[in-house]
Amino acid sequence: MDADSIIGAIFSFENYGELLVLVQNSIWAGAVLGLLGGLVGTFVMKRDLAFAVHGISELSFAGAAFALLIGADIVFGSLIGSVAAALLLGLMGVRARDKNSIIGVIMPFGLGLGILFLSLYQGRAANKFGLLTGQIVSVDTVQLQVLAGAAVAVIAALVIIWRPLNFASVDPELAEARGVPVRTLALIFMVLLGVSVALSIQVVGALLVLALLITPAAAALRVTSSPVALVVLSVVFAVTATVGGILLALGGRIPISPYVTTLSFLIYVVCRIIGSFRARKGINGRVVHAH
Amino acid sequence: MKPVVSLRGASLQFGKRTLWEDLNLDIKPGEFFAVLGPNGSGKTSFLKVLLGLQELQTGRATLGDRPVERGSSLIGYIPQQKSFAPDTPMRARDLVGLGVDGHRWGLRLGMSRANRRIDELLELVGASDYAKVPVGLLSGGEQQRLRVAQALATDPKVLLCDEPLLSLDLHHQQAVSALINKQCHEQNSAVVFVTHEINPIIDYVDRVLYLAGGRFRVGTPQEVMTTEVLSDLYGSHVEVIHANGRIVVVGLPDATTHHHDIVPVTAGEVA
Repeated sequence: MDADSIIGAIFSFENYGELLVLVQNSIWAGAVLGLLGGLVGTFVMKRDLAFAVHGISELSFAGAAFALLIGADIVFGSLIGSVAAALLLGLMGVRARDKNSIIGVIMPFGLGLGILFLSLYQGRAANKFGLLTGQIVSVDTVQLQVLAGAAVAVIAALVIIWRPLNFASVDPELAEARGVPVRTLALIFMVLLGVSVALSIQVVGALLVLALLITPAAAALRVTSSPVALVVLSVVFAVTATVGGILLALGGRIPISPYVTTLSFLIYVVCRIIGSFRARKGINGRVVHAH
Repeated sequence: MKPVVSLRGASLQFGKRTLWEDLNLDIKPGEFFAVLGPNGSGKTSFLKVLLGLQELQTGRATLGDRPVERGSSLIGYIPQQKSFAPDTPMRARDLVGLGVDGHRWGLRLGMSRANRRIDELLELVGASDYAKVPVGLLSGGEQQRLRVAQALATDPKVLLCDEPLLSLDLHHQQAVSALINKQCHEQNSAVVFVTHEINPIIDYVDRVLYLAGGRFRVGTPQEVMTTEVLSDLYGSHVEVIHANGRIVVVGLPDATTHHHDIVPVTAGEVA
């Protein structure tokens, strides 16, 4: 394959207008997932759960693969897998070290199970690959409605527990003293995280979940410490990466994942550069009085 | 005056070890009450009882007219200084904001009202200049000022302080304890100040609860901080020296002298 055909496979904008109409659902799905990922991601960063997201996505993948094998609903399978993993982590891993080792233990187990189920599966290969790399291009209206409904439910729950969850995440000792139900909130958040991971996997695949749930919030953290700006930027970054990735991927022949991950990564790099520039200049918001 | 904190026949044990038993105590509004003692003597547990995070084995503890409960708005709590990671997504004003409405459900709606209150509190502790600086970039002393502002957010009747001066330099120790004393006198809040070093607050303390070896003594610093009383509590001879308005305790039993700042006070520091 020469350079031109590689470029042609990655970027092609022939018949773009017609394609755009066809993938309307996918674009909406991307936007919904971006919104969800951007919001949930800020708490993933505040609670230091990046590694946990990875572990949950592997178990979610195993659940989806099992559902595919037995001919059950894939969404349901991945939901069971991820919520079970999330609850397990929430219940067992109280201390950070403990949590990380538990994730390290269940992650390869989940992935191994997933590979086992996929090898036993006799159906279309595209179905298998889709679980890992996503199939956002093939979202139909019903799927979109389910996705949007579930996302709205997760976001509504998140809004209700927003302030105490934030308190418990950034200042747990004091939150406990103020009567915030720190343990309960941790469990509720793990369930919400599990559902978010399962939803994202349907569309962007198990390998891409991190680019949606972690990278945008991590990028936003590099450039702001204001809680409101953090949320806004995180959502904007996530939606930019998903919708932008879908739009770029339309013409090419390769899956959507590389576009989304690359956009997400580039945003992170730019934010990091801005952040370190500010740190070097000592710009941190302190008011300095002239003497 | 009616006491704001009351303990009646209170005792606390962990397994077979008794921290204290049959403790009867009344703390009045505007009283600066210090809780002293070696590590493991139950100072922090004493605070946890008042916070409603630790049950008593026997007896009862009341705040105002009601039994202690978790999350009581009568209480402001100042924890030990503990550094935040540099990338903690929170500015100074957000840390204070947690004290204002961080425990409420939902999103913050009355944005301008909360902001006004946060500005007031920052002004009160002299932290306005670094209101927008990420907490991870602030010094320990600056963080403790914010902790005071955070604790004062609900206009508490009782201010519980758990070693708030630990790891601060002398200048910040004075500044933070002066702030706490100001709240005590101007707002008539009771202050319960857990510390293993009485000297930074010696000018403010009204009464002392000294815990050691499963026993305790309550009284003014002059009554409690004496060679006889402390020797009796520790069960071995302890020398208490009063010099230039400071108190030096010499000869604490080995097991309790670790991390005990009272001991290594040098002659130069006393003078």
